[in-house]
Amino acid sequence: MEYRDYYKIMGVDRKATQDEIKRSYRKLARKYHPDVSKEKDAEERFKELGEAYAVLKDPESRAAYDELGSNWKAGKDFQPPPDWGAGFEFSGSGFGGDADGRYSDFFESLFGQHARAQGGAARSRQFRSRGDDHHARVLVDLEDAYRGATRAINLRVPMLDENGHVSTRERTLNVKIPKGIRAGQRIRLSGQGSPGYGGGESGDLFLEVAFRQHPRYTVDERDVFMTLPVTPWEATLGATIKVPTPSGAVDLKVPSGSKQGSKLRLKGRGIPSDPPGDFIVELAIALPPAKSDKEKDAYRKMQQAFDFNPRTHLGA
Amino acid sequence: MPREVISGTVLDERVTLSVVDICQACGCREEWVLELVDHGVLEPGGSRRDDWRFGVESITRVITARRLHRDLGVNVEGIALTLELLDEVNALRTRIERLSPEED
Repeated sequence: MEYRDYYKIMGVDRKATQDEIKRSYRKLARKYHPDVSKEKDAEERFKELGEAYAVLKDPESRAAYDELGSNWKAGKDFQPPPDWGAGFEFSGSGFGGDADGRYSDFFESLFGQHARAQGGAARSRQFRSRGDDHHARVLVDLEDAYRGATRAINLRVPMLDENGHVSTRERTLNVKIPKGIRAGQRIRLSGQGSPGYGGGESGDLFLEVAFRQHPRYTVDERDVFMTLPVTPWEATLGATIKVPTPSGAVDLKVPSGSKQGSKLRLKGRGIPSDPPGDFIVELAIALPPAKSDKEKDAYRKMQQAFDFNPRTHLGA
Repeated sequence: MPREVISGTVLDERVTLSVVDICQACGCREEWVLELVDHGVLEPGGSRRDDWRFGVESITRVITARRLHRDLGVNVEGIALTLELLDEVNALRTRIERLSPEED
């Protein structure tokens, strides 16, 4: 198990006041909140931050954490000292926020029992009721939306045992990703949420679908976009060009007189939902480099043939 | 390790949800949904509360709203503003991505 430096995560000195810790937490929480932030590791950072704050905001648990000493480095292999925490009293208002089994092993080994002791009693229910619904995100490839696929999804599920203790369990579900799925849609898996209480039925699991970034295509709702490089003569004179779409290559007719940024729409070749989206090609004119004399000559001929000044609108 | 393949139901825009469905799906109380409707964060179809029908995207909004409230202490006015700005930011991000797909 690795040691976690909660002060470093919180960006404060070990001698920081409780107010400084609170201010730093609020600032970082806004920065890394997964709903707001687009930092790559926002979710991980936010979880870390929540854990660090859960310990440091409470003077009792902070003092107990400090007792481990300042010689530990983050990531160093860690075992809690056998007498750790003795003599500290945990009144435990500290761990209400997020003690659903998502904290690190490091946290669990130090504070887990205290957190559970407080969370447990309130959660046990005597009456019969339906289990909670759960949510998870699933990343699929754009190609999956064209063909349909089966994806294995790993979930960490918090479980309550009969004593009210929380622990997490890994489970893998093989889920069918239907053809025509779009980013942001949800797939409801009946009965795959939390088990019901007192014989009630299980909740559902909602999978929110997102596409992995594609090196070639971008997606907006049902429509799929691609930038297609073309030569100046293909754009000007017109051409038939083979274009790779996720559903296979098609012959695209580029009309004569096409311009940089012209959009060509292939109807119904976007995501095959009902109704299907379109595949939209945006032309990008590539300028041929002139290295040989023959190539340079071709440019000189163009210079002579055209009375072309692309800067007339600048008025200079 | 289970090898059985599970099929679910895709919730597309033809599916609508009642207040009770939303509360069950998001694990929240009806009052919270009412407050979000009052502030225009959610816009259900139907005139009376009993006939309200919510689009599926409401699930995302309710869950995000709850996290903003719980994690950052944002009140409902602040949530409404944040969600509108997030919609705008996301629309802009999609456009930027399309204009320069090679960049991250």
